[in-house]
Amino acid sequence: MSSVLRIALVYPDLLGTYGDRGNALVLEHRARARGIEATIVEVPAGTPLPDSCDIYLLGGGEDAPQVAAAEGLRASRAALTRALDGGAALLAVCAGFQLIGHHYAAAGGRSMEGLALVDLHTVPGPDRIIGEVLVEPDPSTGLPTITGFENHGGRTHLGPGERPLGRVRRGGGNGDGSDGVLHGGIVGTYLHGPVLPRNPALADHLLAHVTGTALGPLDEPVVDRYRAERLSFATLTGSARRRAERRLHRG
Amino acid sequence: MSLRRRVAILSGRAAGWASRTTGRGAGTQVSGRIMLAVDPDLLRTLGARDRVVTVSATNGKTTTTRLLCDALRHAGLPVVTNHTGANMASGIAGALAAPHGPSVAVLEVDERWLTHVVEPLDPEVLVFGNLSRDQLDRFGEVHAIVDRWRAITEADPDRHVVANASDPHVVHAAEPARRVTWVALGIPWKQDATTCPRCDALLAWPDGRFRCAGCGFAEPPAEFRLEGDALAVGSRRIPLDLAIPGTWNRMNAALAATVAEAHFGVDAETAVAGMAAVEVVSGRFAQHRLPDGRSARVVLAKNPAGWTEVLQWLAGRDTGVVLAVNAHVADGRDPSWLYDVPFEVLRDRSVVASGERALDVAVRLHYGDVACTVEADPLVAARRVGGAEVHIVASYTQFTHLTREFW
Ligand SMILES: [Zn+2]
Repeated sequence: MSSVLRIALVYPDLLGTYGDRGNALVLEHRARARGIEATIVEVPAGTPLPDSCDIYLLGGGEDAPQVAAAEGLRASRAALTRALDGGAALLAVCAGFQLIGHHYAAAGGRSMEGLALVDLHTVPGPDRIIGEVLVEPDPSTGLPTITGFENHGGRTHLGPGERPLGRVRRGGGNGDGSDGVLHGGIVGTYLHGPVLPRNPALADHLLAHVTGTALGPLDEPVVDRYRAERLSFATLTGSARRRAERRLHRG
Repeated sequence: MSLRRRVAILSGRAAGWASRTTGRGAGTQVSGRIMLAVDPDLLRTLGARDRVVTVSATNGKTTTTRLLCDALRHAGLPVVTNHTGANMASGIAGALAAPHGPSVAVLEVDERWLTHVVEPLDPEVLVFGNLSRDQLDRFGEVHAIVDRWRAITEADPDRHVVANASDPHVVHAAEPARRVTWVALGIPWKQDATTCPRCDALLAWPDGRFRCAGCGFAEPPAEFRLEGDALAVGSRRIPLDLAIPGTWNRMNAALAATVAEAHFGVDAETAVAGMAAVEVVSGRFAQHRLPDGRSARVVLAKNPAGWTEVLQWLAGRDTGVVLAVNAHVADGRDPSWLYDVPFEVLRDRSVVASGERALDVAVRLHYGDVACTVEADPLVAARRVGGAEVHIVASYTQFTHLTREFW
């Protein structure tokens, strides 16, 4: 890492369907709060990926944009691999998560080639999985429970040498009781869009990977309150959750 | 009219009356649902009585419908319409079944329902405004709606279409029609129009107009154009002096005036004069008075495109801002879109995060370096927020709640 932490927001015009920019904002903000100068490098579709960034963000996208993104990314695969081999991190969310595998299911069920950075592939599922998710992360990460929202039709199978980000306590994830993938500096997940605002520890996990140092906690009461609210909400079920939603903040 | 049909209409009207008198709703939805249950073919009969125009868009359909009604009435045409956002089959049946002489039926139609309504109603003219992401957890991708709209124009290419030439989705949907009146309204929100609807290649936007390098798909030349605060028609410039605020309402007005002139032969000057006095549309844009004397206005914002336009308008005013967000089904259950919206333009404003999802808003603002306080009740927040005036920007269920309960 040079003196400035560079966060690559990859193809925000194609892979930005679910507020994915939020993840870049959180990383920039949390780096600066620790005295690390940080900048967001937007890589518009049609431009080659630089190999000089520290964290790469691949977000969610609709079918046609995902196909366009896959083509561009395959052409930039060497740059991305160089960066990852040099210690960079990659957060791949939803469509972006599917793109880091060998192949994935595009519209109409046709199989499209991915980046093959990780041994996984995605097939069409019988239905779309939509809703709140809770994931208990792999204990080796030391991360607390991850909360988020998912909206996808794919089912992702990890190869025998790969491990998921965690076990799904509520929601669908990869479709087999697990969600996402952990592979060196790569974190993949179906928890779409701004997963980092809800899970600041995951943001710090990525920052620690590229800075090489564990980062102390931040005093951000509104973020703590938000996380507590989302966690307690997601652990409720059905009608209890609807009642809680109505009660929330009243009285 | 057959007995079955008369029974359908009468029983529907009775139910609508009962619903209104017991205070359980505006009545037209209920009565329409009962009418359609008794006679599913009713829309076909009702549609044949009037000259029907349908207005569909992700944003602005309610206001455009209202402005078009006032424009046509101002020109002396009798008009019926489905006010209050009753924009699916039942609401439309309820509106058309109300007693009236031959009229122009100006109908707001939900963009996802258009197919089901066009087939039986057989409108003279379709109005296509804009299409962008809206509640992805419920309705899925924009492309699916574009394909359905295009199937409508392919099925009957002789029907007149008035369409926004600046929106690639709309252009793709309108193209099969032989008679299209294009109106260039501009498109402030381009994040859902990055790939070509024809060939999936990347779209370029030189000078704000779209062009596909892959297949040549591009913004068609438009006879009607929104230019700043005026509608340009050939060499004529018609100033859009409106009582309702914002660029987005000038887009709605330009679209309505184009329909009035191009389809109904009402010149755009007359049409705009008829719209000028509209101040409130189904609760939108209404001004209220706070106890301290400041003016407060509730603005509905339903999706990222709508929020972006409202915030850019507010950024130019000395106003306190209350951001009231819920995440019920009608709002979209997933507030991820908060990060698609440039809240950073509010950095030097007094801001309160509000609604049931106030903390989602507060954290979004925190990461955008926008200072705010948190107060879940938007009416309390409105009294506390600073600024010479107050705007409450509200998601759908917050908006309907506030327009019912306000002061
Ligand atoms: Zn093309």
